[in-house]
Amino acid sequence: MRIFKLIFKNTGRHKLRTFLTILGMGIAVMAFTVIRTTIDAWYAGAEAASPDRLVTRHAVSLTFFLPLSYADRIARVEGVEQVSHASWFGGVYVDPKNFFAQFAIDHKSYLDMYPEFLVPEDQRQRFNQERNGAIVGRRLADRFGWSVGDPIRLAGTIFPGDWDFVIVGIYTGAKENTDESAFFFRWDYLDERLRREAPIRSGYVGTFAVQISDPERSAEMSQAIDREFRNSTYETKTETEEAFNLSFVSMANSIVLGLKLISFMVVGIIMLVLGNTMAMTARERISEYAVMKTLGFRTYHIVGLIFGESLVIAALGGAAGILLTWPIGNLVKTALGAFFPTFATNPLTLVMAGVAAMVVGLLAAIFPTLKALNTPIVEGLRIVD
Amino acid sequence: MRLLMAYSWRNVFARRLTSLLTIFGIALVVFVFCAVLMLSNGLRQTLVDTGNDNNAVVIRRSAQTEISSIMYRNDGNVVKADPAIATAPDGSPLASGELMVLITKTKRGSDKTSNVPVRGVSDKAIAVRPNVAIVEGRMWRPGSSEVIAGAKVARGFQNAGLGEKVRFASRDWTVVGIFEADGSGFESEIWGDYDQLAPAFERPIYSSITARLKSPEAFAAMKARLENDPRLTVDVKREKQYYYEQSSFTTTYINILGMVISIIFSMGAIVGAMITMYASVAGRTKEIGTLRALGFSRLTILSAFLVESVLMALVGGAIGVFGASFLRFAEISTTNWDTFAELAFSFETSPQIIGSALVFAAVMGVVGGFLPAVQASRLSVLAALRTK
Repeated sequence: MRIFKLIFKNTGRHKLRTFLTILGMGIAVMAFTVIRTTIDAWYAGAEAASPDRLVTRHAVSLTFFLPLSYADRIARVEGVEQVSHASWFGGVYVDPKNFFAQFAIDHKSYLDMYPEFLVPEDQRQRFNQERNGAIVGRRLADRFGWSVGDPIRLAGTIFPGDWDFVIVGIYTGAKENTDESAFFFRWDYLDERLRREAPIRSGYVGTFAVQISDPERSAEMSQAIDREFRNSTYETKTETEEAFNLSFVSMANSIVLGLKLISFMVVGIIMLVLGNTMAMTARERISEYAVMKTLGFRTYHIVGLIFGESLVIAALGGAAGILLTWPIGNLVKTALGAFFPTFATNPLTLVMAGVAAMVVGLLAAIFPTLKALNTPIVEGLRIVD
Repeated sequence: MRLLMAYSWRNVFARRLTSLLTIFGIALVVFVFCAVLMLSNGLRQTLVDTGNDNNAVVIRRSAQTEISSIMYRNDGNVVKADPAIATAPDGSPLASGELMVLITKTKRGSDKTSNVPVRGVSDKAIAVRPNVAIVEGRMWRPGSSEVIAGAKVARGFQNAGLGEKVRFASRDWTVVGIFEADGSGFESEIWGDYDQLAPAFERPIYSSITARLKSPEAFAAMKARLENDPRLTVDVKREKQYYYEQSSFTTTYINILGMVISIIFSMGAIVGAMITMYASVAGRTKEIGTLRALGFSRLTILSAFLVESVLMALVGGAIGVFGASFLRFAEISTTNWDTFAELAFSFETSPQIIGSALVFAAVMGVVGGFLPAVQASRLSVLAALRTK
């Protein structure tokens, strides 16, 4: 047991150096978890997808719309429980920098199909009654300081003109990974104006959300829906909500890949910081180890001492990093809030960070240990610093 | 001063392993720093090069991008009649009314899909954009289901190569030519005949009109005329400005993320440098005492250690910049979120990037070396000499 006491005493011998090493490691471990969380944020949409929902879009690309009349035809496909629709609006709130997602939805069915958006009953009633009403996510409302009753004006990019809305509700997410930064308003409000100003664009929607009774049959059902519209003017492409959301991640594939690479480079930095300290420590203590060997300490004592110290520092550094994740993660969340609907650290990431720190702790001890063991006692004793 | 520099420089080599580890740490940080700046610079450069100073782009007011812009064909004729627009030898205006749509296609060598911009162009398209040239194959024949593909699309997407058939809008289109455009954003597009594409996509509209100006100075007058014309609701932008704006969302994302990562990384490297410098001071206590006894001032000692730290950081910075310069050979292809379309570009370095990377490295050296250097300069001569 006494060896542990020795390990802790050794760790405390160069207080400043140990502190700096722990700090350096902590920062690097924190960088690892924050970058991993950023990567996860890209996949959040796919994670939050429900297996019993399909998305039907125009076969050419998302920028083409489908006729509303398809809703009834999709609903008739066997195994379809419910059909709703959502259209990307792409409006600008004051400045293009204030980007957030806006969807024109079918107010009668959409919120039923997406139970993860929790809206108080009275606010939902108001949404059903007020044609220009909008329901916004909690995070979005916090970002711009909106509350129920506020008038909001968006400048349309896809649909020209200024569009006025009134916030009638604020929704919260049922789960941690639910997107709380979207802006929903009624599609009939959009269509009513299009009918007046651009009649050829009226009666179209961006995507259909299709709820199916049996998630096991999603592939088969997707084909059945697409078959229904084959060779029509508007051919469709139907896929699971997860696949639909993943297609956005694949668009940014290079950036996500870059982030993954960087997250491994961080582990390299942890390695350098700790390796540097351990190398210094071992060099300074060569003569000491020689004395210990002379006194009868065995090889495994020396090995245990060096590995023990390295692991203690690694553990402290790892812990510091994991603790730092929350404050720094929140800063990043604020800075990049517009880009990510959700930003939550996965517990697995913390485990990975901890494991990485310990592995680095082991690796950093190898070289100094070899040096300590390979130095003959006489040689070690001869060193006078 | 020469002596001081030599002393610092040699000290970097005195403790090879720790110095090397520190230098390598700083190199890694500078590498990431450079990579991020080069990435957003490359994206921006590609888009800015797409534009031409002599051209103006007309899109529907507040549409921001061609994808969401819709102008009726009559409006197009009003725009084309503007007196600021240069004329072709036959007297017709040098302006190309174009349709821009996105099609989702599968990338080569994977099952991942992305959006490819398809541009339906007029016969003036190439006259308006002198940097576009067909390098393989030929131009499409009017009235046929033929298209030409930008070199980067042809390389990056399935069925988009020369002679292949790419399917969209319920038709098969034969790729009869490959074009290049000095590495600009056009190389990420597929071009076809407007008169074929507009009916095929059922979009009998213009997304944008690109016009060659009689002179760059004519722009302001043209902008005022068209934007105030009661028959039109359009925005008129210089082509360079238009494409520059299309890089804002993605470059902002890359820059914020990159800066956060660089700053966090740099703190790690600074701590590394500090550890090394403290050890360096501790190991040379006696030496410092001797130097002080010989008459070197505290300030000189402080400078010597600071210079040592900065030298180390600069070596690391140079290695990082050198390593990052190889990234220029990599081609990146990602979705530009401003346009929702796939854009191929490469890491692009610039003197400013190299400069700021080296300054960044030097700052890490100063910050990391300062406290240890102060400690060294504060040692009392007697105490320092007495250490064994």
